[in-house]
Amino acid sequence: MRRFELVLPGSLDECVKALAQAPADSKLLAGGTDLLPQLKNGLLKPACVIDLSGIPRLRSIEAGNGQGLRVGSAVTARTLELDRAVRANYLSLAESGALVGSVQVRNLATLGGNICNAAPSADMAPPLLALDAEAVITGPKGERRVPIAAFFTGVRRTVLAPDELLVELAIPNPGSHSGGSYLRHTPRRELDIAVVGVASQLTLANGRCAKARIALAAVAPVPVRATAAEQALEGQAVTPDLIKRAADLAVEAARPISDQRGSADFRRHLVRVLTRRTLTTALARAGA
Amino acid sequence: MAKQVLNFTVNDEPAEVLVQPWDTLLDALRERMGLTGPKEGCGTGDCGACTVHVDEKPVASCLLLAMQARGHSVRTIEGLGKPGALHPLQDAFVRHGVPQCGFCIPGVIMAAAALLAENPHPTEEEIRYGIAGNLCRCTGYTKMLAAITEAAGAPVGRRS
Repeated sequence: MRRFELVLPGSLDECVKALAQAPADSKLLAGGTDLLPQLKNGLLKPACVIDLSGIPRLRSIEAGNGQGLRVGSAVTARTLELDRAVRANYLSLAESGALVGSVQVRNLATLGGNICNAAPSADMAPPLLALDAEAVITGPKGERRVPIAAFFTGVRRTVLAPDELLVELAIPNPGSHSGGSYLRHTPRRELDIAVVGVASQLTLANGRCAKARIALAAVAPVPVRATAAEQALEGQAVTPDLIKRAADLAVEAARPISDQRGSADFRRHLVRVLTRRTLTTALARAGA
Repeated sequence: MAKQVLNFTVNDEPAEVLVQPWDTLLDALRERMGLTGPKEGCGTGDCGACTVHVDEKPVASCLLLAMQARGHSVRTIEGLGKPGALHPLQDAFVRHGVPQCGFCIPGVIMAAAALLAENPHPTEEEIRYGIAGNLCRCTGYTKMLAAITEAAGAPVGRRS
């Protein structure tokens, strides 16, 4: 591997200071499952790497009483997969964590890494969009919060300035009459990258849909919400026919490309199928 | 750039080694400590041959910088069982004659050991999922399943 300096901050303050003093091409190291292969193959050649594994706050999950969820950016995919609080109210996020890599990778790979790498296919992005998460960012000028939908600015690009880091994701509690689901399509069952991923979240009130969220991965440069489909569901009694109509509308939010993983037409087909399936599951979970 | 001092626990013993900032945990174990049980297959986390436990969780040691293991407890296949006192998985792998070339076996056993520690009686589906991150170029998966199933104390061939 190419040589670099390795900085090991023990707190968030130390990390912000180290980042401010480090060269502009420095990289933050969380789980390393994306970064290390890129350091090994020479795609990235930073002079300095800052390790986040020694910062306790970044590895913590807090689920207050009805206060929603705070997930530190260095919480692993495996923790999301297994954590009781996450599974209880934010199941789509747990499901996306369970789909990343193998167990050996999930014990390293982090939520923050998945989000900050900003691959269009990032599995944890659609659940965060569907759950109205906010990114909590810190830097030399203090803390700021950005809705997750505005966090991504392009393929592998985010709103993070070079001297900023993602601290945590703040997710409001969707409540007891809400249900969510994340599904993706991959040719191989394990250790593969999503051809399309869809997260749905439905919140019910008096037998009708009070709030609908549908978010799509790998069909545009950034993860996107299917707002027309959401609007078709909100205020209505959710029937199988309506779910089918919403799935058709979700396709309009997709701007897929054709690549080695799938053609644009196949991706549009997958958006329709996965939206229908995730909405059906979300509805069942909201009612349960 | 100066080497850094890595203090951690390896196979239940405290250890202190000098590592380069860019050394992976796998580099430190193999090159600096002579623990050659974990192997480098792909170096990118796809093959699982480098699987070790960090704080009892299976990880790809090729994807972790050595210094990220500071203060943590690492277990390699060398610390799982000993000659004459093999781990039930090692014993089952020997009796079933699982290894062909053998390169993937330490990683498979470490993945399976972590699975059984968490879930002592897995279904066949759970075993398959538990070793999904381990590739065997000899394609010897059938005997692996039989050996892991037996080590778990379940009748061989049980279906989920």
